[in-house]
Amino acid sequence: MALLSVKNLHAYYQTEVYGISRTVRAVDGVSFDLFPNEIYGVAGESSCGKTTLIKVISGSIKPPLKALEGSVNYTFGDYSVDMLRASQDELRQNVRWKEISYVMQGSMSVLNPVRRVIATFRDIVDTHEGITDKQKFLEQTRAHVNRLGLPTDVLDAYPHQLSGGMRQRVAIALATVFQPSLIIADEPTTALDVVVQRGVLQMIKEIQAISSNTVLLVTHDMAVHANVADRLMIMYAGRIAEEGPTETIFNEPLHPYTQHLIRSLPMIGERSTKVSLEGAPPNLAHPPTGCRFHPRCPYVMDVCRTEVPELVTVKERHRVACHLVKEDSL
Amino acid sequence: MSVSGKLLDVQHVTVEFHIGGLMGGTLLTAVNDVSFSLDNDKPEILTLAGESGSGKTTLSRVLLRDLEPTRGKVLFEGRDLSAIRKRSEFNEFMKKVQPVFQNPFETFSPLRRVDAYLFDTAVNFGMASNRRGAVKVVDDALHNVGLSLDEVRQRYPHELSGGQIQRVSVARALISKPKLILADEPVSMVDASLRMEIVNLFQKLRDEQNVSVIYITHDLATAYYISDRIGIMLRGYVVESGPVEDVLERPAHPYTQLLKESVPEPAPKERESWAKHIALGTTEVKEYGRIGCKFAGRCPHVMDICRKADPPDVQVGQQTVKCYLYSEDAEKSAAGTGH
Ligand SMILES: Nc1ncnc2c1ncn2[C@@H]1O[C@H](COP(=O)(O)OP(=O)(O)OP(=O)(O)O)[C@@H](O)[C@H]1O
Ligand SMILES: Nc1ncnc2c1ncn2[C@@H]1O[C@H](COP(=O)(O)OP(=O)(O)OP(=O)(O)O)[C@@H](O)[C@H]1O
Ligand code: SF4
Ligand code: SF4
Ligand SMILES: [Mg+2]
Ligand SMILES: [Mg+2]
Repeated sequence: MALLSVKNLHAYYQTEVYGISRTVRAVDGVSFDLFPNEIYGVAGESSCGKTTLIKVISGSIKPPLKALEGSVNYTFGDYSVDMLRASQDELRQNVRWKEISYVMQGSMSVLNPVRRVIATFRDIVDTHEGITDKQKFLEQTRAHVNRLGLPTDVLDAYPHQLSGGMRQRVAIALATVFQPSLIIADEPTTALDVVVQRGVLQMIKEIQAISSNTVLLVTHDMAVHANVADRLMIMYAGRIAEEGPTETIFNEPLHPYTQHLIRSLPMIGERSTKVSLEGAPPNLAHPPTGCRFHPRCPYVMDVCRTEVPELVTVKERHRVACHLVKEDSL
Repeated sequence: MSVSGKLLDVQHVTVEFHIGGLMGGTLLTAVNDVSFSLDNDKPEILTLAGESGSGKTTLSRVLLRDLEPTRGKVLFEGRDLSAIRKRSEFNEFMKKVQPVFQNPFETFSPLRRVDAYLFDTAVNFGMASNRRGAVKVVDDALHNVGLSLDEVRQRYPHELSGGQIQRVSVARALISKPKLILADEPVSMVDASLRMEIVNLFQKLRDEQNVSVIYITHDLATAYYISDRIGIMLRGYVVESGPVEDVLERPAHPYTQLLKESVPEPAPKERESWAKHIALGTTEVKEYGRIGCKFAGRCPHVMDICRKADPPDVQVGQQTVKCYLYSEDAEKSAAGTGH
């Protein structure tokens, strides 16, 4: 049973500047499932709509972003909720922190610099779910932080006393105090050195192993995905280009965009020239017709210019949206 | 040409910050006695990598004359930065040394359209006499980074993605045709293909337009790919430096060794070993304040002497390494303590 089922999701930014309206089709027909107990990675081109997708599935839609079509359904045990229709009250009381935690990029920078970490955290959680037993809340938080191997005195520190890596680990620890079913992390290690990055990701893996929950990890760092994710989604221009087990994506990518992405990864000890994609990234206000990758694809055919390729299942758990790839008649 | 034949000459730069209250606060040495130089006639790409919070951005602020060093000095084309006083001199300096910042959103005001900002930059630096003339200059700069004026026209920073805005900020730096680009994590927010596009662009600028680049990054794979030399920073010090092949293929300093071992392989084949547990430092201030080698608390080779005084810079092959493992003092000390 899927934890999250996203169907045919369309989410656009609709703005008006000087009377000119503009629609950015940031998420345009996305369908996928998340299952319990997995680490699901999302990668893709810069500005292809990853953060937008996360905003929608975490219930953080604010104008000018609008979800125009599709559904985002969660099933937490015997409680289910439709993200696009739930009220803010319901999300606050039953979903945020308890079932879904969203670790935004640079999340700890929102901490109040003149208040201790734990005090800020209490404020945030308070507004979200009306903590009744303050003492119990404190104990629970300390126990959780302790279990993750962080010194509990970080809770009494002021944010500036912690290193960037420690701040990020504390942010993740705090986001998981209530053992949510889904942890969403958008570029959680982008600004960190690789040693600290490794520590932060190890902690995410550990949390996942302890509570068998689901982690949705967005990052551009393909090497991180290679080492952490169980499955991977590759997005291009608001759509899913390919999805599959991490090994499959790295070893047998089928979509020309994924193939390019994997080939462009540099490695220490190897100096062959790596080329970037030809042509400009698509403008999501006026996306290309047919396959959105067609203006840059080395294998483009006539059909690609007019017909949108369906995301088809080629092998168990491996889905690709490209006219070159035929559906498997499993 | 300058007397020294050097484009940039960094001499014993130290930056101290007072942190904590007015009284009883501590002194944090964010940059500690750092020296290096770039040749005028041999443009190169120098990477500064290392620990988060090790002083890379602080050092780059000194090089941009955004911050006075507490001690030491910086010469650009033979001229001491602290001697630049007049606005016109500063403007000339800024034309030649251009920054690309870590957080592109800080480059652009949220209230102004990015294209207007780019036009102003072109006009202010005298690259065009008016807006109309600036259109071509700006469009060319944007094309260098895979964008076009069409795409950014009329848009505010928040309407662009992190990757787009970062490319715009590289384009902005190219407008004045600088001799040195100081790029602070220019690729951390962009996808793998764009990363290569931006670093390939730096290479092209070096090879075809004699532009030198100081490339600050946590991405050691791209650092290996484009740079000539690399300096690894830890808690204010450059602990290891040298040609990038030597430093990253055969790291000598124990911290560089840990760093290299932690670089994730871009292929799912060593997941197990990468997931092996590692210890991390907790609060920065503690390690900054430590006497002797800042890595002593985490170093597998630590000796008594390491905790007593700063390790010396030792030449190991092509590398300069700040570590007692390679110095003669250590042998004496190790013999004395029975290690
Ligand atoms: N508030 C907004 N108003 C208008 N357009 C927006 C807004 N926020 C984002 N966009 C546009 O929506 C598209 C998708 O942006 P999004 O931030 O989801 O991309 P992303 O995949 O997360 O990018 P990155 O990899 O750079 O983080 C981009 O074209 C971006 O310019
Ligand atoms: N204005 C300031 N006042 C006090 N301390 C500062 C100031 N600027 C930086 N620091 C401290 O100096 C140290 C070095 O910071 P810096 O930003 O230069 O590191 P960095 O190497 O760029 O780190 P990162 O890789 O995270 O970007 C850090 O401990 C930081 O907290
Ligand atoms: S559908 Fe056509 S243009 Fe698109 S990726 Fe496949 S071959 Fe290339
Ligand atoms: S000086 Fe000592 S503690 Fe520091 S890195 Fe070298 S051996 Fe390790
Ligand atoms: Mg994003
Ligand atoms: Mg920095």
